[in-house]
Amino acid sequence: MSTHRLLPIDPQTGRARDLRSLASHAAAFGPLPILPPSADGHPGPLIEAIAESRLCGRGGGWFPTARKMQAVVDSAAGRRKRSPGSRPVVIANAMEGEPASGKDAVLLAHVPHLILDGIQAAAATVGATDAYLAVHRGTPSIDDLERAIAERRSDLVRVELITPPARYVASEESALSHWAGDDTATPVYGDRPFERGMNGRPTLVQNVETLAHLGLIARHGGSWFAEVGDAQAPGTTLVTVGGRVRQPGVIEVPTGTPVSDILARCGGVDGPVEGFLTGGYGGAWVASEALWSAEWAPAQVREAGGVIGAGILWALDAAICPLHEMARVATYMAGESAGQCGPCRFGLPSVADDLTDLARAASTREDLARINARLALVVNRGGCKHPDGTARFIGTGLTVFSAEVAEHLGGGCSASRSGASLPIPKIRKTPVKRAGKDFR
Amino acid sequence: MSKQVRRQLHLDPTLCDAHGFCAELLPELIDLDEWGYPVFIAGGLVTDVPEVLAGEAKRAVTTCPVGALRLTKNE
Repeated sequence: MSTHRLLPIDPQTGRARDLRSLASHAAAFGPLPILPPSADGHPGPLIEAIAESRLCGRGGGWFPTARKMQAVVDSAAGRRKRSPGSRPVVIANAMEGEPASGKDAVLLAHVPHLILDGIQAAAATVGATDAYLAVHRGTPSIDDLERAIAERRSDLVRVELITPPARYVASEESALSHWAGDDTATPVYGDRPFERGMNGRPTLVQNVETLAHLGLIARHGGSWFAEVGDAQAPGTTLVTVGGRVRQPGVIEVPTGTPVSDILARCGGVDGPVEGFLTGGYGGAWVASEALWSAEWAPAQVREAGGVIGAGILWALDAAICPLHEMARVATYMAGESAGQCGPCRFGLPSVADDLTDLARAASTREDLARINARLALVVNRGGCKHPDGTARFIGTGLTVFSAEVAEHLGGGCSASRSGASLPIPKIRKTPVKRAGKDFR
Repeated sequence: MSKQVRRQLHLDPTLCDAHGFCAELLPELIDLDEWGYPVFIAGGLVTDVPEVLAGEAKRAVTTCPVGALRLTKNE
């Protein structure tokens, strides 16, 4: 059974096919069936196939897509006044906020029409009258995407391309709803997008991988989708594999594939690996041996101490100092705060500074205790989960690399090679100013 | 049978500007962190308010210069 569903492979080159034109897309996947829309406060009939598929959101939360759609429909039906201004909205999220992720870019560059099919399927199912595709400003495929959108003549809902600034928290779903309505990409506290999102309208925000799967479910049905993969979260999924592997990149595998098989598909690890980063910079570190034997599905990775998130698996070279890597990422994440909430605006830079001292082997046991106390202080206190994710990244790292922490407290460092591994786009000064021009 | 009233204090962290009046009025429920921002002692952004502190909680809501606190009552 083929597991190259989203990204058909060219047998000659072994690489994903370029299906950017509508003609090549239709030839490869077949026509998109007519999608009866939502009516009378009920979702469109495709909801049954989506529920049967058990499709879960691939943006990081792995929340059941059918339930999220039902919530949007219920919210619209519950409005006292029915008006065009209270009809649902669909936002496709291709922001790729996690710097170590590459899957959104791969989908945009190879199968944009499958994403656009998924947007049409989602819009019909929730009764949306407006749809947006969000890619961060400066995305290389923007011209191709404009062309792809212009090529489609039979869409019920026109898709508008929007380009929020490339900030980490701008890809959070309330931030995207905020941007679509008010041109400000800061997260919003209180209102949940499926109830009150863009301009107060019920808003369905889905990652583009989720929507691409939806484009296939619309063609082949829900039981087809669930034929492969893990029982609880079936289907295939994209994994961005990076770090100390021979062939880093984005691959498509059935959920539940053993991590050892995923690494083997990427040519295997290229030297000793001390730990894996799962889920990105808002994710979690896991010791090598704990993850190696785990299956790549949400519950199994969680049991191993990790988090799949948006499908990031990074093998950290054992020759590089993990604390140095963590300090760089923590400093980046502190600069990516929107600056709206005190614990994030001031707490993350404090922790990042503490970690930088620890990485330089200039810390005492008391300093380490202060890092842990501060980590506890930034959790569950923000308007979004940016500080919580960053605290998990740091907290799990301190545990997984506890031997290295001890080495540093003694003034040493076991790294045999200096240099950086994890990608960092741009480090901003902290504490950040109040949310403003950087998010417009 | 007497009805159980549940009062809850809600903090909007995006509005809070660390003025700190709430912690002064309600030290039983609220601490300040090292940066001057309120921390609910019971954790999170919503905390239960016992009846004896209902008056002080109302004062905390009206005293907050940026309107970051809100009191709700469910029966």
